[in-house]
Formats: sequence, structure tokens, C-alpha cells
Amino acid sequence: MALLQRVAENGRRVVRFTLDGRPVEALEGDTVMTAMLTNGDRLRRSEFADAPRAGFCMMGACQDCWVRTETGERLRACGTFIADGMRLLSDGEWTS
Amino acid sequence: MRERIDCDVAIVGGGIVGGSAALFLRQSGLSVTLLERDWCGAKASGVNFGGVRRQGRPLEQLPLSQRAHAIWGRLPELLGTDAEYIRSGHLKLARSEADLDSLIAYRERSQGFGLDLEIIAGEAFRRRWPALGDSAVGGSLCPQDGHANPRLVSPAFARAAAALGAVVREQTPVDRVEKDGDRFVLLSGEALEVRARVLLNTAGAWSLRVAEAFGEPVPLESLHPNMAVTEPLPRFLDVNIGVEGGGVYGRQVPRGNMVVGGGRGFALDADRARPERNAVLGLMRDAAELFPQLRHAHVIRCWTGVEGYTPDRNPVIGPSRTTPNLFHAFGFSGAGFQIGPAVGQTLAELVRDGGTAMPLEPFRIDRFTPTP
Amino acid sequence: MNAPVPPVIVPRLAPLPPVIVGAGPAGIRAAERLVAAGLRPVVIDEAARWGGQIYRQPPEGGPFTRPKSALYGLEAGKADAVHRAMAAIRDHVDYRPRTLAWNCEAGALDLLSDGAVETLPFSHLILATGATDRVLPFPGWTLPGVFTLGGSQVALKFQGCAVGRRVAFLGTGPLLLLVAYQYLKAGVEVAGIFDTTPFLTQARAGVGMLRDPVTFAKGMLYLGWLRARGVPIHYNVRPVRAEGTERVAALVWRDAKGRETRTECDAVAVGLGLRSETQLADLAGCRFRFDAADRAWLPERDAAGRSSVPGVYLAGDGSGIAGADAAELAGERAALALLEDLARDHGGRPVDAARVAELDRRLTGIAAFRRALNAAFPFPADWADAIADDTMICRCEGVTAGTLRAVGRSGQAREINRAKALTRVGMGRCQGRMCGATATELLARALGTGPDGVGRLRAQPPIKPLPIATTIPSPAPGEGVKCDRSPPRERATPQAGRSHDA
Repeated sequence: MALLQRVAENGRRVVRFTLDGRPVEALEGDTVMTAMLTNGDRLRRSEFADAPRAGFCMMGACQDCWVRTETGERLRACGTFIADGMRLLSDGEWTS
Repeated sequence: MRERIDCDVAIVGGGIVGGSAALFLRQSGLSVTLLERDWCGAKASGVNFGGVRRQGRPLEQLPLSQRAHAIWGRLPELLGTDAEYIRSGHLKLARSEADLDSLIAYRERSQGFGLDLEIIAGEAFRRRWPALGDSAVGGSLCPQDGHANPRLVSPAFARAAAALGAVVREQTPVDRVEKDGDRFVLLSGEALEVRARVLLNTAGAWSLRVAEAFGEPVPLESLHPNMAVTEPLPRFLDVNIGVEGGGVYGRQVPRGNMVVGGGRGFALDADRARPERNAVLGLMRDAAELFPQLRHAHVIRCWTGVEGYTPDRNPVIGPSRTTPNLFHAFGFSGAGFQIGPAVGQTLAELVRDGGTAMPLEPFRIDRFTPTP
Repeated sequence: MNAPVPPVIVPRLAPLPPVIVGAGPAGIRAAERLVAAGLRPVVIDEAARWGGQIYRQPPEGGPFTRPKSALYGLEAGKADAVHRAMAAIRDHVDYRPRTLAWNCEAGALDLLSDGAVETLPFSHLILATGATDRVLPFPGWTLPGVFTLGGSQVALKFQGCAVGRRVAFLGTGPLLLLVAYQYLKAGVEVAGIFDTTPFLTQARAGVGMLRDPVTFAKGMLYLGWLRARGVPIHYNVRPVRAEGTERVAALVWRDAKGRETRTECDAVAVGLGLRSETQLADLAGCRFRFDAADRAWLPERDAAGRSSVPGVYLAGDGSGIAGADAAELAGERAALALLEDLARDHGGRPVDAARVAELDRRLTGIAAFRRALNAAFPFPADWADAIADDTMICRCEGVTAGTLRAVGRSGQAREINRAKALTRVGMGRCQGRMCGATATELLARALGTGPDGVGRLRAQPPIKPLPIATTIPSPAPGEGVKCDRSPPRERATPQAGRSHDA
């Protein structure tokens, strides 16, 4: 169920957040992208194709990794660090 | 070798007015050559906000606007595309009781033009558009107004004209225009000479060159309305929104993007303009104030265009006062998109019939001449 | 009402501090040279730490523990030197990390940092904006598990993560073998190298690459290492599709003889070389030219890095792909050009002519090596022809290849910005970064011309999404509504309001 696989530096402090309401864990220094994709296999659903997306370039160029929080903020997942208590969504607002 | 084209009507400017004039002239069987210095519908006709709105226009424009309304209803038949045209309604918001009074007064004045304006205020307003929150005390709805994608509509008119046999030349600036006996002669560099009995000047912000060539200077000024579009958002708005008193306007397209406009860009040179940073930021702030749904959204693109404005913000439409068989239509002052097709149709009538039932007196080209 | 008049650039009595955009190898070496000349440059960078993409540092905190030798491999020495160079001048620069330059207009940059906007006027600007992967689409390329080659490398060195358990590497260029090697070293299974270049092309071009024996040797080392560990390496490959519904399950590919093979994998890393980030140069008004080697429109720069706009300098991959070593040299050279111009216009010490000559000599040598690299890893121009009409080429707006081809073939669009207006390609969040090269290739083919024949996709501000929240006044305790950097409110006249919403 995880797209990204940790291969190094697993000794970092644990950060707790929720993903689609489910309590999950990441590590300090993870981007939102890493945090979500080590706990699932998508970041969002495309607005126009109703297909899952998980980012692409990881360096702030492709803009394919914008995710939502439960309070409506939009974060670029590859350039935002995970923080304790974040409440992130990977379900599309487009399918509801 | 210079190419020579001889035709009934030469049109300078392939925006929505020139393109629709070409289309209607071809429907009447006249031979037409349309010259466009850029791509057809690439300038103000193609980069404007996309409001298709009768409401709020000065009364003298309403007959043309009504005529245009009928044409917009036939877009698929005329152009082979709906160009994302939607009769969503146009809601003009009143942010104060005084503004509401002004909307009520406009409804009274515009009775008889067929706008069917509906004033909605207070609790009824909030029930009907809960998404608008407390941003307004009420508004005036024109249910059959709407919006369309100008990038698709405006080029489509010239394309439809070409499909009916009009000669459409893009990337073809007119360097010289003069009258030789009863023929107009247009030169584009060394490559092309067009001779025509009738000349239509529909070159938007660039129309002044043709008008001046025939001794008809107009105080036309180029301005640059500022636009921005957000990333796609869940649908919250089904009407095209304007605000009494001006400032900001917005529409949400079915794909979810919110298009907003307000403020002015600046000119890079005579042909190009750019959004201006403070205008962009001011627009974003005003839009977020009006539409709280934009609070967490991002603007993904800004743009502006080059549009000709007249001192009284009414266009110039009709025959030249100096030169027979020359007709002007320009200076729409940021509001030419909706009425454009009707202006093209009216120009075609003037050429074909020598007259029109449309009242064009308010749009005479010589109205700016100071009286001695 | 008159249009706002942008500030006019007038000769200043005293120049402003030079501004550098980008803190990669080019930006850092530029800053170092300016500091050495006694200036205090502003260094703007989107990342939280300096180094750029190639020498990207791990996040602070954590802690992240891998040594630089693990992160950068054979490039660890260079990475460390670049990092140290910036650390050494840290107190002498106005360093602005986590800052996006989203617009450039009339002698000033617009910045976004920590949710707030700021306008930064400049008299001298060095753009060292870097590059990202160049990609072409194939069916399934938007599936979770398909990442760019550069992105796959970022995941590994910046996050200690692999993009999958069994990864296929697809594309061309020096990065292809390098990233595969790094993955293998990190213990990840490499499903295969799927190189779009014919083996003979690479072998022949290898002769030219001997101009830089060290770099050439590294390439051979990666290749040998991968081969020795049994990684299948296929040449002259074209992708058929990435399979999967919610995520990648396999890469189906075709060899030169047209045979299709299905290789199971849970991730695909794809890249066809790099493409320059040119948006700010465009907005700054720089003149562009078509570069046949990069197959892209690039801002013109002279050998020293001067653009066509006085006071604007270009360095590094952001104005033509030449790699990290060249970027270091070009960054320093652009800074010297800036100093030469300052000395000319405002007086001051002449620059070190011997150093200038040395840099120019080395940059010329690198240019020759890059030509050999381009010959070794040619852009697979036929890939574009093979893209099926129903393949999505624009990830943001969901535009298909067929839609784009249709506006070309029907004569509706003879130019790329026209195609954008008619199809929405390049209109989405990424502003054409991911689809621009594809759209250009497809339109050019549809019109029977080359990518130089359909014009250049123009940049529009903001070059990356700009949060509306940045303009929303926030209530401060006890003082009602406060809006720090918000522009002055201008009440539109009724006439103006009436006059442009249609």
C-alpha cells in the first residue's frame, strides 16, 4: 500500500498525522509527499480524468502533487514538510 | 511578384467584429478578404474576460446587444462549436443599498429591451446564492446572459467565414491603405495588394491608423484589463458575476477554474501588454473578498490584452464621414465581446443594403469632434 | 483613468545589491565571486537549503545521517565544495531560502516567501534557475509510480526513499545510468535499463566524450557495475505503455525490431535529458533563440553570460543544458561579467583578466564535451510520432495528443501559443513545463516543420501557482484588519467598472 520505499535514515523522530482520517506515521524531515506515499499510493485524484496522481517531478516543477488538508488548505506535497497533527486528504474533492 | 486580390469587401482586423462581418458578408454572397496582422481572434477578442452580458450596458447599446443575443443562441449552427457558451445568467451585485437602488433604476430604464432583469435582495438573495455569503445586499439577475470561452469563439468566426469562401490572411499587417478612384487599395509589404469597393475598419486598438488615413482621428486610448485564473475548484458558482460600481468580476467555468478580472495591466509596447503586479495582487484580494471560496486557491495564470477605449466608453460604429464605402467598428472600450457578432452583422447589412435598422447615431465617428 | 505606468529603469547613481535567483552550483559560484569583490548579493532560492537539484542537501533535523559520499557518490567532492563555498559566504549574502520569484517586471522581481509577497527592485540580476527533466509522454505516464529520473534521484538523496521496490529506468542521457546505479547501490531492485538510444550511437559518440576522460570513465563504471549485477540493459527502446490501474504494475516496451515485451515493475523512472527553466528570463524580457542541440528556445547569452537585457545575466542549466561543472564556471563568469559592467558604468576595480581567460577557456572545453554528449544521447524525435492520439500529453489539463494534432492539421494553429489558446495545452498549473516540449514536437510534426518552426511558448506570471491567501488581510489583535504588503486599494470608477467585464 506504499508507493515509496524507505531505504535509509529510518532512525528519525516519528511524526503523527492523519491521511483521509486514518492516523498514520511519518518521519521528521519527510515531505508531505513522502509522508503520504509511504502510507498510501496516491496524493490526489486528477480533476479532469478521475485518475489517481502521485506527483511526478519531486522538484516543484510539474505541479502535479498539490494536496488538500481537511480545512481546505492546498499544499505542494514535494516542497512542504510534514508536521505533527496535519490532517491530509488524498481523496478527490472531484469525485464526491 | 506581388499577389493581387480584387474583391467586394476588404476587412482590416480579424477579431470577433471583423470575423463575424466576414461571415455574414459571405452569407450574402459578397467576396471578402480579411487581413489580420496577428492570428484571428488573438487580441482583445480572444483574451477578454469572456462575459456574454447585456445587463449593465448603456441603453443605446441594447438594440445591438439584443441582436447579438440572438446570434449567440445560434453559435453551433454558425460556427460548428458552442465555444463553451453557457446562458448561466449574469448577476450584478449590489454591495450597498445605494448600489441596489442604482440596479433597480437600471431595470426601470432598460424595460422594453427584453433583458428580463430580476432584482433579488436580502434573505431571498442569500437563499439563492449561499456561496456568495455576505458579500452583497442583493443583486440584479439577467437570466439569459452568460459567458463563453473567448479563445475559442473569436477565431471561430473568421474560420467559419473562410469555410464559406472568405479569403482570410493571418500574419498579414496592412502597411498602407488608400483610395484609388472607387477602389480601396491595401498593401501588406511587397507581398500582397488587395483592392476592394468597400473597406471595413475593425482593427480594435489598431483601428486608429486606418481612421486617420482617411482624415478621421478619434481620441482612442489603449488600455489593458487585467485577468487571472485559478486552479480548478469544486463548483460553487453558476452565474457570471459583476459588481455595481465596478472593480472586480468573475465567472467559474464548468471545469472548475475561476476566471476573475479587475484593474489594469501596462503596455510593453504598442502591440503588447503585461499584467501589472499590484493590479494582480489587488485583483486577487478583491476576488477573495467577494468569493470566500477562493481563500485557499492559487492563481495559476494572469494575462491582459490591448483594447481601444473611447472617452465616452461607447464604440465607433458606422459609415465614415469623409469617405464613401468605408465603415468603422472599433473602440468597444472593453465591452465588445458580446455585441461583436451583431456589429459584424450590422456592418454586413450596411454594405449589402446601404442601411440598417440598428440605431447607430450614438456611435458616429465624428461625435468627438469639438464643436467650435 | 490611465493604465498604471511601470517604473522606468533609469541609470542609478548607485547600483542596487546584485540579485541571484537560484542557489545551485551556478548561483553559489556567482555569489562567491560577488562577495569576493566586496558586494553583498541577494540570493533567492526556492529550496530550504542551498545546493540546487544536483547537490541538493537533505532536510535539516531528523536527523539525516548519510554522509555526502553516500548521497552524491563520485560527485561528493564537488557537492561538498559547493556547499562549503556557500557556507563560507553565508554571512556576506542576503540569503532568502524558501522563496519563489514568481514574476519579473520592469526592473524588479516579485517574491513569495512564507505566504507573503514582496517586490524586490534590482539593477543587476543573475538568473541561475536550473533545469528539470525533459520528458515525453506514453500511455500510463500519469500513473502513480511513474516519476521523472531526476525526481527519483531526489527521493533517494533527499528523503532516503526509493520510488518503488522494482524500478524500470527509461530514457536517455547521463542521468539514466547514474540514477539506476544509485538505486542498485541503495539495495533497490532495478528491473532494467530501457535506453532509447541505439547502442552504436553511444559507442561512436564515446570517442568524442574522451575529451573529458573522467566523466566518460564514470559512465563506463556505472555501466559495468550494473552489468556485473545482472541488470538487463536494452538499447533503442521505445515505451509502449505503463500498465496498472491505481499504480504501475509493468512497463511494456518495444525493441528496435518491433517486438513488445512486458517487464514487471512497480515504478518507472523516466527522463530524456534536461530542459531549462527559462520563465524568469522570458518575463525579464530576454531575447530567445532556438537551440538545435537542446531542441528548445533558450534565452540568448554571450560567452560571458550577458543576456540581451542590460543588467540581466544568465548562468547554468537555466539557459542551456551544460551540466553542473559548467554551471559552476558559468556562474562565476556571469558574476565577473556583472563586475566588468559595474566597473564600466559606475567605476570600481577592474576584474581579474587572467581568471576571466581561464574560465572562458574551460567553458569552451566543456561546450565541446557537451556536443559529444548530445551526440551520444540524442533526443528520440520519433517518439512524438508514436504517441497515440488518445494519450494525455498535458498532465494538468488532460489534453490529448490527438487534440493537439487536430488543431495543427486543420490549420487552426500554426504556432504553439495559438495551439495553447485553442487546446489548453500548457495552460495548467505547470505552465507547460511538463508538456511544452511534447506539444512543440507534435505541432511541428502535424505542420510538417521542425520544433523551431512553431514558435516559443511564452511565459506568463505567476510562473508557479500564487496563493490568493497571500493578499487576504489578516485581523490582528486589537487593531481590526491589517494587511502588511497588500497593494493600495483603488476604488474603480463606475465607468471603468462597467467597461471591461465583457
